Amino acid sequence: MSSWLDYTINGLIVGNVYALVAVGLALIFGVSRLINFAQGSIYLVGAYIGWVAVVQLHTPLPLTIIVVAVAAAIVGLIIERFGLRPLQNSVRIAPLLATIGISFVLDQLVMLTFSPNPRALPSQLPDVRFQVGGGTIGPLDLLIAGVGLTSAFLLFVFLRYSKLGWAVRAASQDRDAAMQMGVDVNRVNQAVFGIAAALGGVSGMLVGMYYNQIDTAMSLQATLKGVVAEVVGGAGNVPGAVIGSLLLGLVESYGVAVFGTSYRNLFAFLLLVVVLVLRPNGLFASARQAPPEPLTGTFIAPSRPVRIPHWALAVAAAGFALLPLFPVSFYVLQTLINAWLLGMLALSLTLVAGTMGQVSLGHAALLAIGAYTSALLSLTLNVPVGLAVIGGGLMSAALGTLLISPSFRLRGHYVSIATLAIGEIVSLVILNWESVTRGPIGISGIPPLSLFGYDLISPTSIYWFSFAVMVVLALLQGRLLGSHLGRSFRAIRDDDIAARAYGLSLNRYKSLAFIFGGFAAGVSGGIAAHLYSYINHETFNTQQSILALTVVILGGLGNVVGAMLGAVALVGLPEVFRVAAEYRILIYGIVLLLLVRFRPQGLLGTM
Amino acid sequence: MLSLRGLTRRFGGLTAVDAIDLDLAKGELVSIIGPNGAGKTTLFNLVTGLDRPDAGTIHFEGQDITGLSPERLAAGGIARTFQLGRVFGNLSVMDNVLIGAHTRLRAVKPAVPVIGPLLELGLALLRPASVKAEEERLREEVRAILARFGERLLPRIDQPAYSLSYANRRRVEIARALALKPRLLLLDEPTAGMNPTETAEMQALVAELKAEGLTILLIEHKLEMVMRLSDRVIVMDEGRKIAEGPGEQVRVDSKVIEAYLGHGLSGTSEQDSAA
Ligand SMILES: Nc1ncnc2c1ncn2[C@@H]1O[C@H](COP(=O)(O)OP(=O)(O)O)[C@@H](O)[C@H]1O
Ligand SMILES: [Mg+2]
Repeated sequence: MSSWLDYTINGLIVGNVYALVAVGLALIFGVSRLINFAQGSIYLVGAYIGWVAVVQLHTPLPLTIIVVAVAAAIVGLIIERFGLRPLQNSVRIAPLLATIGISFVLDQLVMLTFSPNPRALPSQLPDVRFQVGGGTIGPLDLLIAGVGLTSAFLLFVFLRYSKLGWAVRAASQDRDAAMQMGVDVNRVNQAVFGIAAALGGVSGMLVGMYYNQIDTAMSLQATLKGVVAEVVGGAGNVPGAVIGSLLLGLVESYGVAVFGTSYRNLFAFLLLVVVLVLRPNGLFASARQAPPEPLTGTFIAPSRPVRIPHWALAVAAAGFALLPLFPVSFYVLQTLINAWLLGMLALSLTLVAGTMGQVSLGHAALLAIGAYTSALLSLTLNVPVGLAVIGGGLMSAALGTLLISPSFRLRGHYVSIATLAIGEIVSLVILNWESVTRGPIGISGIPPLSLFGYDLISPTSIYWFSFAVMVVLALLQGRLLGSHLGRSFRAIRDDDIAARAYGLSLNRYKSLAFIFGGFAAGVSGGIAAHLYSYINHETFNTQQSILALTVVILGGLGNVVGAMLGAVALVGLPEVFRVAAEYRILIYGIVLLLLVRFRPQGLLGTM
Repeated sequence: MLSLRGLTRRFGGLTAVDAIDLDLAKGELVSIIGPNGAGKTTLFNLVTGLDRPDAGTIHFEGQDITGLSPERLAAGGIARTFQLGRVFGNLSVMDNVLIGAHTRLRAVKPAVPVIGPLLELGLALLRPASVKAEEERLREEVRAILARFGERLLPRIDQPAYSLSYANRRRVEIARALALKPRLLLLDEPTAGMNPTETAEMQALVAELKAEGLTILLIEHKLEMVMRLSDRVIVMDEGRKIAEGPGEQVRVDSKVIEAYLGHGLSGTSEQDSAA
């Protein structure tokens, strides 16, 4: 009995922490209809600033909190001013991609500054526990509860009684009307980003103290948890976000009590998917509402794709095919093999995100499904590797589509959240389903690629094989785009309401896009498994999803040739310039940001 | 052929469509007029399945279609245009109008349960002769439809819709609706934002469609056009139907004049609701 009380207290405390993140997300969503994917990064920054303050500057606790809040708020203001304000009049996909890029850049900067290794963040509070009823409670619990309540109170006073707070409320009720009444939207945005960042930063610091550990993986987790809480409470609903957070904290805490710690996140993401499916407007949404007209054609940047003549493509393909016959180094071949594998993933993502408009952030999960399927088929059932790879593609197509299907009724940013969560679920299932996936140990001794009984071991043969597979997938995708399906996918992307009014079923066509795209990604993962010979639940991670997204945007959303060109460019250029490995991801993030800002249509244009 | 009974839709405290009854016979053209915010577009959304009524029923060709999905209704022969224009911005004019013909695809979209979608994917990739022939036939049809707009759209057939002028985008929407071969066509302010020449062209086109026997429900602010085209006019205000009848009769109805002139003046709306 007493332990249940402990779990309840723990759930409420953790919920309080989530609330600090979720309230900021809700404020931002309220005024700009934007899910701020960088919220978790600010939380991470807050935790590390707290570490600097406590461990290096030895600030007393109240000062630490103030330092963190102010520093995080400044980061928030910078993001608003330089990351998002220039995109105010861009297409709807632009701010979404920008917050993803900003989050990536911030995380990498923290990682480069402080190294990825975990650090201890001491709480500066006496380590005692008080008996309360049947459970215990510590000073840190009280601090967190106190910070939560104080922030809620201050926020309430601000929104209720200050002029700027009134403007924030007006803007979130009806942005256009508020603007007509003279509300300065830039000031409102500044206010919400500053407040959201201060709350997020303090939250990160408190969590660091609570677990006495901080590391760079916190960022993504915090974004996800905050978004789960916010969506559960109803996007843009500030009190709803608080209740959603407490609920999430309790669900996790009881889940951990019953099933064990490694299931904590699984519960959070399952809660998200269940809420998205059953009550996409949150638990407390008032009435069902149709989105207002017009939402037309503004999701992706309109542009005329660059038409590359067929002969030029044929010459380029022949050039790459003949390349191994020339005296090129093993290193060049290896780099290009990586580019072809990434190219397959990018083909998949450019179809789903570009042609279909479903910006998936969990695409690496499709790689993982393909890789595990192919590895296990060849290892345990002795299926020939060539067939196993195809099996991986088919499994990824089927399972991936099934898993993603709850998100089919969602729009824009929600799709990204759902796919991110589904990607995490896949990786957690791989980690926990030991009887099949061998859990954290991973799968080793995966047989090398082979075709018709011949092992493909030499770099040249692997090069040819992966290049040929990518070209075949690209040709198929080109054919798909030229059919009525390509037209239907793009119509749904441009305006799903008009598409439905003309008889296009969203479920049917989104499924078909994910089936086709899932196959390509699964094949890529399958081939990778046989090349690496060892995989585990971390081999295919969010970094690859973001890398693929950057490739897709670089090439031009939906653009088949662009996806391959982007893959060669992003894999090849860092090699040419010999960029150190740890800076590459940072560069990808910056490239993504620059593209969104200055060339949203990519190199070859959106299709 | 279309009949609405007690159709009602509320948004929070606001009743956007309030117990509307309406009957439309085959081949008839009925116009709905009324001040902005009267609930006309919401009524269209209800009839086309994009929104669900809180009360009331919709029957189309004798069948109860209340609450059916827009996809089903499109397949059943109901096509519409949108007030603010909803073309597919990145699709060419040709592709926009081809989407209108989507419900008529047969060869590439066999009506097989369960594996139908997979067959569709396979057929789209393999493209056997039947599929190619169907696509070619539809493209011919689209060219014929576009030809109805004279030289407005045909020369721009391969341009993306976002690059078209406003008036041309409205035309693309109508062409897309015609490609569905609708049995009921709903036009939501087809001439909004058009100059007098363009309006006259549009009026001639709608008259032609009517002469061909198409059943049309028209929302329009330009009263002159309404008076010329309509068999009957329905006037809405604050969600209610306040008058119905032939154009000349509605035009002189005192409630209608009040709704148009006195809208927002204190007292008048109370009197209206009481009446
Ligand atoms: N999705 C919606 N949510 C809330 N209110 C709406 C929605 N759609 C329309 N309304 C309201 O319903 C009323 C009728 O709108 P509408 O049908 O567009 O009028 P009309 O087309 O006659 O100008 C207006 O007051 C409008 O603000
Ligand atoms: Mg209207």
